[in-house]
Amino acid sequence: MNTVHPVLLQLDRPALLRPYLLEAGYEFLRVLRTPAFTIPTLAFPLVFYVLFAVVLPGQWSSFHKASYLFATYGVFGIMGPALFGFGVSLAMDRQQGWLELKRVSPMPAGAYFFAKIVMSLAFALAVVLLLSAAAIGLGGVRIDPVTWLALVAVLLLGALPFCALGLMIGTLAKGQSAVAIVNLVYLPMSVLSGLWIPLFAFPALLQKLAVLWPSWHLAQLALGVVGQVPDVRYALHAGVLLAFTALFLVLAALRLRRG
Amino acid sequence: MTKAAFPSRPLAQLRGASKRYGATLALDAIDLSIHPGEVLALLGVNGAGKSTALGLLTGRLSADAGDVELFGADPREAAVRRGIGVMLQDGRLPDTLRVIEQVRLQSSYYPRPRPIDETLALAGVTDLAQRRYGELSGGQQRRVQFALAICGAPPLLFVDEPTVGLDVEARRGFWQVLRQLRAAGTAIVLTTHYLEEADALAERIVLLAGGRVRAEGSPAGIKARAAGKRVLARTRLSQAQLAAWPEVARLQLDGERVEVHSGQVEALLRRWLAADPALDELEVRPLSLEDAFLTLTEQSTEATLEKVA
Repeated sequence: MNTVHPVLLQLDRPALLRPYLLEAGYEFLRVLRTPAFTIPTLAFPLVFYVLFAVVLPGQWSSFHKASYLFATYGVFGIMGPALFGFGVSLAMDRQQGWLELKRVSPMPAGAYFFAKIVMSLAFALAVVLLLSAAAIGLGGVRIDPVTWLALVAVLLLGALPFCALGLMIGTLAKGQSAVAIVNLVYLPMSVLSGLWIPLFAFPALLQKLAVLWPSWHLAQLALGVVGQVPDVRYALHAGVLLAFTALFLVLAALRLRRG
Repeated sequence: MTKAAFPSRPLAQLRGASKRYGATLALDAIDLSIHPGEVLALLGVNGAGKSTALGLLTGRLSADAGDVELFGADPREAAVRRGIGVMLQDGRLPDTLRVIEQVRLQSSYYPRPRPIDETLALAGVTDLAQRRYGELSGGQQRRVQFALAICGAPPLLFVDEPTVGLDVEARRGFWQVLRQLRAAGTAIVLTTHYLEEADALAERIVLLAGGRVRAEGSPAGIKARAAGKRVLARTRLSQAQLAAWPEVARLQLDGERVEVHSGQVEALLRRWLAADPALDELEVRPLSLEDAFLTLTEQSTEATLEKVA
């Protein structure tokens, strides 16, 4: 085995954090400058929430409607940036050859994924803040600061399994077809997990099937935090989400290695 | 390792490297070394294996067989690539980021990058610094991609078909910058199918065809290896008759005249003038590098070369 060439030994190490921070900052800017992403991502959960929780009349016996939907639309809201921001942007990068350029550059591989996670979480946080303003300001939701912080933490941590799902989709599809696949996953899964309309309004079979969807498990955690579902088994749902995350990551890694 | 060994030791090497895509053997056990400070041109037509060779050396691809070494290490490790800059054949960049943002980000990957202003000036994109990439013309985008390749001031630069789609003036400007980098000690590997480009820039040309190295040497040496002339004339003889002569390496119609490539021009002329008393508009020209290139790449199929009526 040959030894390393002196030319390489003469090079210093670059600043460790700088590429990570710049990568994340520019990833955020890049997406922010793409209105086709930002407007639906930020506006849809807010508009739907205001419509269903505030504008449309109706009383739900034991539930507080605005609080219940605050939790479920929170889940719906954080899924968007995770699935689109991670999956679609990865698929676009792959199609446009940007990823190729990154792969021959000295960029630390982790910086690329770190940037996408940070960007997805930043948009997820923006969605949750908008929803919180609507829920508290318009929906009459009363939530103490500690519970609110717990909800934000659950939703942001809960975005990670969907980042992993987005990553997996991004490795499977290229370019625009990833948009179609994400929509095929995102919208039906949201409906079937009871994020738009509570699950108790659904036929019994669909209610039973909900355990299959990661978004249902996250919704159970969020509903438990805001006190709308009693006796939530937090460890169980968190464990299921962790397992989903591991599964998506393994499938994505297999796919990336083969590519 | 002694210091004396340093200047002669190759910066990067392929040893018996092969790469297969499905049924196609893109690279067939090739050997290649890049030495400090040299400009090496990988010359070949599309599909010759140039970009695949670059893909191996820059860590984008893995070899199916053989060894790939960059600075004595594995180019698939990001840290090893701190010593290289790469301009891909069609590496698009994000449309919504400004030129200066792209350069700043790329520079952050390198230990001692050039000052941003210097990178912009070298690549000729100073005036475009605040523009978004998506607003730029094709030629301008190419210059931005070049800026990203050189921003780290790497000792070894890979440029894949750098001047495709550039006009003559832009191409000459680009060559000027490459010469400037070369003078500052940067080793450069460039792939091209423009023979003029290889001739103008490189000290060494490696000619690839069908995934194998067909010839290697200085531009003058490559021309000498394909020594010969082009002979043009109007003749009554059929192409089949001409093609049967041993002095004829290659022939084609050029308007009313026939153009013949030959390594033995005197013998050819003697035979041709004797066989066709009506021969006229005779002209003998040197082979251009382009012709040398064709003759060399077609050596393997020489026997079947246009020996048809």
